[in-house]
Amino acid sequence: MSAPIAAPGAGAGRSGRVGLWLRGRGAAAGPVLAVVLAIFALWYVGTVALNAQWTLDQAARADREVGFAELVADTMAQDRPMLPAPHQVAVELYDTVIAQEITSRRSLVYHAWVTLSATLAGFGFGTVLGILLAVGIVHNRAMDMSVMPWAIASQTIPILAIAPMIIVVLNSIGIQGIVPKAIISAYLSFFPVVVGMVSGLRSPGAMQMDLLRTYSASRGQVFWKLRLPASIPYLFASLKVGIAASLVGAIVGELPTGAVQGLGARLLSGSYYGQTVQIWSALLMAAVCAALLVGAIGAVQRAVLRRMGMDR
Amino acid sequence: MAVAEATTQVKDAGQGTVVSARNVDLTFETSDGAVQALRDVSLEIGKGEFVSFIGPSGCGKTTFLRVVAALETPTGGDISVNGMTPEEARKARAYGYVFQAAGLYPWRTIGKNVKLPLEIMGYDRAEQDRRMREVLQLVDLEGFDKKYPWQLSGGMQQRASIARALAFDADLLLMDEPFGALDEIVRDHLNEQLLSLWARTKKTCLFVTHSIPEAVYLSTKIVVMSPRPGRITDIIDSPLPAERPLDIRDSAAFIEVAHRVREGLRAGHGDA
Repeated sequence: MSAPIAAPGAGAGRSGRVGLWLRGRGAAAGPVLAVVLAIFALWYVGTVALNAQWTLDQAARADREVGFAELVADTMAQDRPMLPAPHQVAVELYDTVIAQEITSRRSLVYHAWVTLSATLAGFGFGTVLGILLAVGIVHNRAMDMSVMPWAIASQTIPILAIAPMIIVVLNSIGIQGIVPKAIISAYLSFFPVVVGMVSGLRSPGAMQMDLLRTYSASRGQVFWKLRLPASIPYLFASLKVGIAASLVGAIVGELPTGAVQGLGARLLSGSYYGQTVQIWSALLMAAVCAALLVGAIGAVQRAVLRRMGMDR
Repeated sequence: MAVAEATTQVKDAGQGTVVSARNVDLTFETSDGAVQALRDVSLEIGKGEFVSFIGPSGCGKTTFLRVVAALETPTGGDISVNGMTPEEARKARAYGYVFQAAGLYPWRTIGKNVKLPLEIMGYDRAEQDRRMREVLQLVDLEGFDKKYPWQLSGGMQQRASIARALAFDADLLLMDEPFGALDEIVRDHLNEQLLSLWARTKKTCLFVTHSIPEAVYLSTKIVVMSPRPGRITDIIDSPLPAERPLDIRDSAAFIEVAHRVREGLRAGHGDA
């Protein structure tokens, strides 16, 4: 009973730990570096192991022997390797990110922006939808009973199954381009927001609700003065999940149409032509985008919670 | 219908009575059957009294306070607050309620927490400010209005929550074990402060506790309750003087009252 409101307090504690983690990051540099190096080492071992067969087959066809050093060197320099070596991906990334105008069709930054714009539009739409649904669910018993099961059911359908249908249906009524992708994005991102916001809006305990009853507060006042502020830490936790899901949705939305722009298109054309290096660089770009988006939400979260006095 | 009758009855009873309960029953329906939280509780509380409710867990002391605050509805009997039904009294802002936990909003400063009821009740900004400063001074927290709750100790937080209950100047202060979560030293100090606050503001106080010394030290009237079903076993009018330094607790009169409270609690257990 000592914590005034259990859940937002826990939320503040969570962000407090994040702060601690940031401060402790200098001390953790050693272990982090060790993990990164281990991943690269594993990646190179994988490159050699997975690509060796092709090198050996080529050599057998040309009827010549390959030594171990030659074998290793060749596995890392193939045009269409099973698994490209990190430096091959790095070169591809350099060629498509640094060495191109960002307005060029060959620029990975351009493709990333195409995907990102759909991601952000879908994320914005999904977040607003999620918050509105959560507000409805918390205030209306009929909505609580009827909306939540559908929201859960919607997430049990594989997105790969429903994305082509959304695109085909929208295409048949003349909607193309960013909108179908944004809708798929929103379809994935509204759910964590609904779940998080419902918990957040319901987080004030019986005592908090009783206190406002003793003031004869209206439902609107309970919402604006208690429920909404109490839900903010929950909202940010959901937004971090939601924005990553949005990016996945936008990429998946680019696959079924054979789109020519966007990270999904790069993945698709890479797989058509066996351009594994292109696939891996697109994947890395997607990972970087996701990290930047989640990081941006984290920065907004810290700023908002500090302003609310909840980030110690 | 019964409530309307009670209203007229108590209006007849005169201006001096703040809370009047007659044969109040409250039965909760739970999954294991009915639980009688209050049985036949009758009590008159006059203006300016400090009344403590003491008894073991489940004796209905908190439930009775919640009935006064219209947070629970009795299943039988009549109760009136300031001559109105509890519901009407709440709408007329007749009481401030202090809970066991301070329950300050972590996203509001102390000043803003104290202003919370004032915002809800629609006071203008200048008045909110004036009242906030006034009540923070009453609980000795001047200058803390810009601090956040986590920057204050538990005792200071509870004082801030008392200030919040005082902010809209209700005549009646309902306190549900407000110092229950605090250590004894802090509690002694707050008891002393509460007593002087009561002397200065002339509020009527209903105070739930499970500490005998706290009840005897603070009260003009002590209501001893016992559980299963929750009922009143003894009502003691304190013979102690209004002026009460902390060391009054070593006086013979104090010990005698404490002894009677203990007897009342024991008797309640005996026939349970």
